[in-house]
Amino acid sequence: MLEFIKRIPPVFSLLIWITLWEIAGQLKLAFILPPFSSVVGQLFVLIARPDFQAAALMTFKAFVIGMTICVVLGITFGFMMGTSKVANNVLGMWVNIFASAPLSSLVPVLMLLFGLGQTTIIVTVVLFSTWIIALDTYAGVHHISPSLKEMGRSFQATRWQLLTKVLFWAALPEILAGCRLGLIRAVKGIVIGQLLVSVVALGRFFRTFSDNFQFEEFWALTIILFIFALTFSASIGWLEHKVEYYAKTRI
Amino acid sequence: MSNATATSTLQDAASGDPDNVAEVRDLTKFYDSDIHALSSINLGFPRGQMTTLLGPSGCGKTTMLKIIAGLLEPTSGQVLINGKEVVGPGSERAFVFQDFALLPWATALRNVAFGLELNGTSKAEREEKARHYIDEVGLTGFEDKYPHELSGGMRQRVGLARALVVNADVLLMDEPFSAVDEQNRRKFQEDLLRLLAGENKSVIFVTHSIEEAVYVSDQIVLLSPRPGRVHSIIRPEISRDAEPDAIRRDKNYLDTIEEIWSELRKYLD
Amino acid sequence: MSTDTSTELAPIAKSEKILGIYYLTFYRILSILAVFALWEVGGRVPISPAFPTFSATMSALFEMIFDGRMFLAFFETLKPLALGVTISAVVGVFLGVSMGLNRLFQWFWEPIWVVLQASPVAALIPLITYAYGIGLTAKTVAVIMLAAPIIVLNSYKAVRHASPSLIQMCRSFQGSRLQEIRLVIVPNAAPVIFAGLRLGVAAGFIGVILAELLITPTGIGDLITYHRSVAEYNYMYAAVFTVILFSAVMVGMLETAEIKYFRPEKKKSK
Repeated sequence: MLEFIKRIPPVFSLLIWITLWEIAGQLKLAFILPPFSSVVGQLFVLIARPDFQAAALMTFKAFVIGMTICVVLGITFGFMMGTSKVANNVLGMWVNIFASAPLSSLVPVLMLLFGLGQTTIIVTVVLFSTWIIALDTYAGVHHISPSLKEMGRSFQATRWQLLTKVLFWAALPEILAGCRLGLIRAVKGIVIGQLLVSVVALGRFFRTFSDNFQFEEFWALTIILFIFALTFSASIGWLEHKVEYYAKTRI
Repeated sequence: MSNATATSTLQDAASGDPDNVAEVRDLTKFYDSDIHALSSINLGFPRGQMTTLLGPSGCGKTTMLKIIAGLLEPTSGQVLINGKEVVGPGSERAFVFQDFALLPWATALRNVAFGLELNGTSKAEREEKARHYIDEVGLTGFEDKYPHELSGGMRQRVGLARALVVNADVLLMDEPFSAVDEQNRRKFQEDLLRLLAGENKSVIFVTHSIEEAVYVSDQIVLLSPRPGRVHSIIRPEISRDAEPDAIRRDKNYLDTIEEIWSELRKYLD
Repeated sequence: MSTDTSTELAPIAKSEKILGIYYLTFYRILSILAVFALWEVGGRVPISPAFPTFSATMSALFEMIFDGRMFLAFFETLKPLALGVTISAVVGVFLGVSMGLNRLFQWFWEPIWVVLQASPVAALIPLITYAYGIGLTAKTVAVIMLAAPIIVLNSYKAVRHASPSLIQMCRSFQGSRLQEIRLVIVPNAAPVIFAGLRLGVAAGFIGVILAELLITPTGIGDLITYHRSVAEYNYMYAAVFTVILFSAVMVGMLETAEIKYFRPEKKKSK
C-alpha cells in the first residue's frame, strides 16, 4: 500500500487536502471556510464579472510593466555586484537590506506618494522583487568558472562580448531562478498593496467581500491569485528546466 | 649514447634571438605582497619547438604560462612575442585550458569556432575552418554535440581544436591532460605530437608529470618552488622516429626521467 | 644558483585604508550619507507634500525614542513576532525534518507547503479576524502563516540534501537509523535549517506589520497608521525607517551568527 502511494505523483496529495476542505466546509466546521465546491462555483461567477475583469486587467498590466523594470534592474545590479568589488560591497549592502526588510511597512508610504492606482502597483512590484533577482543574478555570476572568463579573454573578447556571449548565458540558470522567486514576491506585493489600498481595483473586492462576510467570493478571489502565481512560477520553472542541461556540466 | 645532459646553470637565452617565438625577461610575480610566485625569470622559447615547464606545485609554472598568455600581469619584467613586448592577450597566442573551459550551452562546432566568432569572422568561413580542425582532432561526427554529451577526452580535443583554428604562432597548454584518464592521456600525447608535426607550431606546455614532459618535449625547463626560479634546462635526446611504445622503453627516455626525478625530489614537502 | 634579487617591488596591499577605515567600509558609509542627502533634498523640493525631509524624520524619530513611544511600540510588535516565529520554528523544523526522512510524509506534505510558500497567503489575513479576533492570537497566526512555509521547506530540503556519502559512511560502520539522524543528518542539515529560520524571521516580520496595518493597529503598525491619519508624515516615516533599520540589523546579526557557528569556511569570503 505504501509503495503504491509513493508511486503516485506528489501533486495528487493536494487532492486529499481539497477533499478535506470540502468535508470541513460541508460540515460547517468553521464559518470562514465554505465548501471547496461552492468556492469554485463563485470563482466562475467572479471571472465573468466585467468590473472584476477590468480590475484584473489593470492589475495585470501594471504587473507586467513592473516585472519588466525589475528584471532589467535586478539583472543589471546583479552583474554589477558580480563584476565589481566596490559595487558588490556597496550595492550588495543595499540589496540585502531591502531583500530582507518587511517591505509591507513601506507600502503605506508608497500609497501616500503615488496614490491608489496603477503607479503604486508598479512601484510595489519593483520594490518587492528587484532585490531577489539581483541576489540570484549575483550568485550566478559569482559561480561562473574563472577559466571560462579567462578563455574569453585569451581570445581577446571585448567586455561587451564577454558579457553577452559568455557571462549572461553562464549565469542564466540562476537568473531564471531569481526571476521565478521575484515573480512570486511581486504577486505577494500586489496582494499586500491591494489589501492596504482597499478602495479601488482588486483591493476593493477584498474589502467588500470580507466586510460583507462573503467568504465564498473571498476565497474565490484568493484562489484566482494563487493559481496566477503558481502558473507563472511553473512556466519559469519550465524554462529553468530547459537550461538545466548545461548547468550540470559546470566545470 | 650519452644521456640528455642537464645544464644546471641558468640559461640566459633572452637575447632577442629571432629564433625565439617568445621570451620572458626578468619576470617577477608577487601575489598579495607576501606570496612570491616567480623570481626574475629569464627564458627563451625556440620557434617551432615544444618547451615544457615542469616542476612541483608552487613553482610558478602555471603563473608563468598565464603571464605569457596575457591573462595575468607580472609584478615586473617583460614578455616578448616575436621580438615585440606584449601586454595582455593577443592573436599570436592561443590557450588550452586544464578544465577545458568550453561553453556548455554551445555545440562542439560553435565552441571550436568561438575564437573566430569573437574576432568577427563570417559564420560560413569560421564553420568551415572549425570543421577542418574537428576532423584533425578526430571528432568528426560530433560537431553538433554539446559538452555534456562528450567525454572528458573529447572535450579536451574540442579545446585543442579551438586553439588551433585561430592560427596563432604559439600554443600555450596548461596541464591539458591532467583532467583526462590515464589511458586516454597516453593516446593524447601521441596524437598531439602527430598533430603538431603537421602544423609546425611552437608550444609552451605545462605539466607536473615527468613522463609526459620527457615524452612530448624538445626541451624541458625545470622550475624550483618558493619562489619560482629556473633550476635547469634539459633537452631529452630521444629519437621520435620509433614507435610510441618503443620510445617509452627507450633507455634515454627512462634515464632522463630518473634524472629529473632525482633533481625534483629535493623540493617535495 | 642565482642570487635572490631582493624584493624591492612589493605590490600594493589589497586592504588599504583611508581616513583610518577600510576602503570598502568607507564607500558603504558614503553611500548611506548620499541616500540621506538625497532624502533631505527631496523633502525640501518637495517631491510631494507627503514627503518629509530627512532631518524632520530624524527629529521625530529621536522624539519618539526619548518619550518611550518607540520602545513600547516595538515591544508590542515583537510579542506576536517572537511567539509566532518560535511556534513556527519548533513545529516547522520538526515537520520539515520528518518530511525529509520519511517518503510518505514528504508525499503528503510537500505539495501543500510548496503551494503555501508560492501563494500570496497575505490575502487570507483579513479572514483571520473572523476566526481569531483582533488580539495577540490573530497577529501570531498571521506570523505563523508567513513564516512556517519557508521554515518547513528549508528544513525539508536540508535533510533531503544531506550528504549521501556521509550517510553511507555511517551505515558502513553499522550505525542505527537513530544515530544516523542524530549524528550525521541533523548536524549536516543544520546550516540550511538555520538559514530557513533566518528567512522565517524576515517573513514573520512582514506578517506582523501587515497584521498591525490590516487588523488592529498596535505597536509599530499603530505608529504608522496613526501618524498618517493626522498627516504627521515625519513621524510616520520615522516609524517605517526604524522598522527597516531594525530588520536590517536583526537579519545581519542572524547571518553573522550563522556564518560563525555553522559555516566557518565562509568567513571573509565575501
